[in-house]
This record gives sequence, structure tokens and C-alpha cells, in this order.
Amino acid sequence: MTSIVQKPLVEVKGLKVDFLTAKGLFTAVKGVDFSIDRGEVLGLAGESGSGKSTIALALMRLHRPPAIISEGSISVDGEDVLAMSEHRLRQWRWASVSMVFQSAMNSLNPVLTIFEQFRDVIVQHTGKTRRQARERAEELLTMIGIAPSRLDDYPHQLSGGMRQRVVLAIALALDPKLIIMDEPTTALDVVVQREILEEIVALKHKFGFAILFITHDLALMGQFADRIAIMLEGRLVEVAPSTDLIANPQHDYSRRLWASMPLLTRG
Amino acid sequence: MGIHATADPGLIMTQSSELLRIEGASKSFQLKPMFGAAHELVALNNISIGIEAGKALAVVGESGSGKSTLGRAVTRLFHLTSGRISFKGKDIATLRTRPDKLDYLRSVQMVFQDPFSALNPAHTIRHHLERPLMLHARLRGPALNTAIHEVLTDVELDPEVTLHKYPHELSGGQRQRVNLARALAVGAELIIADEPTSMLDVSIRSSVLGLMRRMKETRAITFLYITHDIATAQFIADDIAIMYAGQFVEWGKPERIIANPQHPYTQLLLSAVPDPAVKLGGGGGKSFASHAETVRALARKPAPQIMEVAPGHFVRKVEFAD
Repeated sequence: MTSIVQKPLVEVKGLKVDFLTAKGLFTAVKGVDFSIDRGEVLGLAGESGSGKSTIALALMRLHRPPAIISEGSISVDGEDVLAMSEHRLRQWRWASVSMVFQSAMNSLNPVLTIFEQFRDVIVQHTGKTRRQARERAEELLTMIGIAPSRLDDYPHQLSGGMRQRVVLAIALALDPKLIIMDEPTTALDVVVQREILEEIVALKHKFGFAILFITHDLALMGQFADRIAIMLEGRLVEVAPSTDLIANPQHDYSRRLWASMPLLTRG
Repeated sequence: MGIHATADPGLIMTQSSELLRIEGASKSFQLKPMFGAAHELVALNNISIGIEAGKALAVVGESGSGKSTLGRAVTRLFHLTSGRISFKGKDIATLRTRPDKLDYLRSVQMVFQDPFSALNPAHTIRHHLERPLMLHARLRGPALNTAIHEVLTDVELDPEVTLHKYPHELSGGQRQRVNLARALAVGAELIIADEPTSMLDVSIRSSVLGLMRRMKETRAITFLYITHDIATAQFIADDIAIMYAGQFVEWGKPERIIANPQHPYTQLLLSAVPDPAVKLGGGGGKSFASHAETVRALARKPAPQIMEVAPGHFVRKVEFAD
């Protein structure tokens, strides 16, 4: 509660996303308000189909028809995202807000080397030369704990955990203020998951970006997020600091979600 | 407490009521990539364990540890390089006659990770359950109908609502229930469940796990539960085996292993299980990763010495280099 004077990084007000389907209008997100402070980790939890990923895509205006944002406002760092021109949007995406997708294992292009995928992002946005891009890519790889010599490898030569790290490094390439992570570690086993999350926490301390963290693993979210928002059928039913939400969930659905978690009972 | 030589780890847990016994199972794959030299990959390295009828054994390991290879070996999807697997005392590699083979294939059923691709999208649920009942139990007419209703009720689905539906009209949890019903329909005694809940939402994950546990308790179905999630393994299993790089590094009763993990890899695995009470970032990113790397290198080494920590709790002795 120290940041009252400071304006939050992300402010979403009354966001409504509709899908125009053959069977009529389906409202996936039904008027959602939330904010993310600078350097904060906001966790977004809910079942599949509750609208979590739709929110993530809408934040970057990556939603595609039949989805449309019918109401509400999104502002990131004081800028109205919904009013941006296509040109501005291209510049703004990845530079201000980047994303680590759910199937991060598959979000690398299999026929390009790791370096080519870095180059794509860096040269597009900054106009750096190939050599400068190479230096930056080497720096980023070292940062996430992969030897720079792996830059000339193809994605299939890396393990799942390493691919995930590369995707994360690409998301960090332009020093974004917000990274949206949609189920970033769901496909990984717990040890690798922990390694990567520890890495993200360390990087966050260093660079101060904010994270919108989407997962259905509540235990993981409790460890990682500062605040948690629980989503049910397109609405946020509860938003609270994670310690409160773990110790004392208010909404009936939050309680049920907790109760259904198969938690490890340590003897 | 005692130290056993590697030759007889199988003898330690041998009991007469065992439904499945895996004895010194090893499997190596010859990899011949398009580029680069051919090499051998040891997926299973001298695995010995048994499952008693009506019990559940959970094999816990990370991707690439060989846990799915073990499940596939039990379903006879390939032959072992060495060792044997016996079901009800009979070596499954020596099943020769058609009735014997059919009987084995009927008794051992598999439930896969992806409930979406395991069902044929072009057919109704009725079709999926009808076929096994017609082919294996040779049921027709009203008897067939009654049997279909029975198995669906057994997996806690409403037959009236579910039967005429197509797979895409069901949720992931309901589809996984249909897969379990299909295994029940042919009269499975052993169900090999390979990550059956990892693609499901948490809110339905526990209901599917609960169903599996009830199937075990009330119908004496034996489970080989393959997972990377030790928390769900604890929920269903009577015995747990932690697998790394093709070998079991620690096995025994789940409560013993979780309360008193002996092998460094088990300790690492348990420390990495998300615990909402512990905030991340205390130890710093690099230190956990380098610790994990050390433990992995240690666990990868072949360790022939097996130690019994407590009755029924075994661990492979690791040689600390430093």
C-alpha cells in the first residue's frame, strides 16, 4: 500500500471482450477492473475457459476476430492501448509489454537458429546492426544461464527447460515494463519449474519489470505472486494480496479452488 | 537397516499376492540420428519392483527419466533389452497363444495423458464403450446396453446425458472418465495411467484422482500411476518409486519417503514442490539451479548399492565426489 502516490503501470477498467459466434454473442470477459503496479507480480487464476488468456491477449491487443473488445479501457504506462494506431502498436508491443506464451516450448521457430529469433526481435525494434544484435543476444543468454555458444543451435537441440529460458530471454530483449506469462511452466517438471521461476525472480529484482502471471496452479501462484486475482466465468471474483488469499479466501469459489488442490502433506 | 547387493533387489519386495512383477528390467534404444553419430540411450536400467493386486504404485520422475518407457514396457508395446515382466506369475514375453495374448491385453489397460486425442472425435461415447464390450465380452442387445450404463455409472457419469455425446462436447475431466470407463468395460485388472491428470484443470484434477482411488479401493483395480507430480502420487499411491535417468533412486511407502527423503534427488524434488507458504526468491536464482545441477549429475551415475533405510523404504547409495 506504499504506492498510492504512484500511478499503477497497468490500469484496466470495465474490460469486456465479446466473441461473435454463429450462435450469437458470447461474452468471455464481463467487465473486469484491475491494476498492476510497477515491479509487481499479479497472479491471475481460474479454470480453462474462464477468460484468463483472453485478458492476456486483449492487454496486448493481440486478440483476433471473432473476439472484439466491446467496452472498457486499458492503459499501460499512461498510454491508452485501445487508441494506438497500428504503427504505434507494432513499436509498442514487445518494447513495453512482452509475452511468454502457454506453449512456450513450441513458440520458437524450428527452422531458425536461436540467434535468428533474437535478431528478428532486436533488429525490428531497435534498428541495431547484426553484430550489435549478436552481442545483445549473447548478453541475454548469459543472463538466463545458457552458454552463448548455443546461439547457433536450433530449438530441437535444446531441452524443454532451456527452450523456456530462451523464450524468456527473448521476452526480456527490449527491457519491457510488463511481461505477460501465460502458464509459462505448466509443461515442465517441478525442479525445472523452480529453477526458471527463481531465475525470473532474480531478473525482476535486477530490471524491475512487472509480471502478469497466469496459471491454474494456486500453490505456485502463492509462492510467486504479490497479489492474486481469481477469475470465474469472465469475472474477477476476488483480488487480494497473496498471503491474505491463501490464509483467508473470502469468495466461495476461491475457497473451493483451494480445497481442490492436491497439496503435498509433509509428514 | 542393512545393505543389499545389487543382484537381489527383486527379492526384497517379493510377495505372493503380487499382480505384476518387474525384474531387472532394462531397455536401451539405439539412436541413429540423421546427422551425427549413432549412440545408445539407456531408458531403463535394471528396474525391479512389484505391485500387489488392488494397490497403486506411483512412478515419479521428470521428463526423460524413463517413467513412460516403463509403462510402455508393461503394456508390451516393445520388448525389454534384458530382464522380465511377469503378470500373475507368467512372463509376458512368453505369451504365445492368441487367447493368452488377448487375455493379457484385456487385463492391462492404459489411460493416456491427453484425454482430447485418446478418443475418436467422429464417434459418440456410446461407440467408444460399445466396441470393447462387443469385442472382448461378446455382449449384444439388452445385455450390452446394461453393461454400458453400468460402466458409465461406475465412473460417475450420467449415462442418459453422456452416451449420445461426442468427445468434443465433454470437458477434459469427463473425457478422462470415459477413458477409465473404457478400461473398466473390458475388465481391466491393471490400469497404467500415464500422467492422466496433468492436462486437466486443478479443480477437476482431484475429482478424477478421487475416482481412481475409489476404483482401487472398491473394485480392487491395480494402478501403475506415472507422473511428475509427487503431490498427486501421494494422494493415490500405496507405494512410490522416484525415478531418475532410468533407475529407481528411492522407493517405499509415500509417507516415509516424503517425511524422510534419503536420496539427494528426492530431496531436491520435494523442495521444488510449490508450497504456497514459502515465497520464492529467498535463495536467489543461480544457487538453486547450480544445486539442482549437482544433484542431477550425482543421480545420473549408476549406483549399484541399495540400502534399506527403514522397513520397506529403499534408497540407492550415492557416492559423494567431494
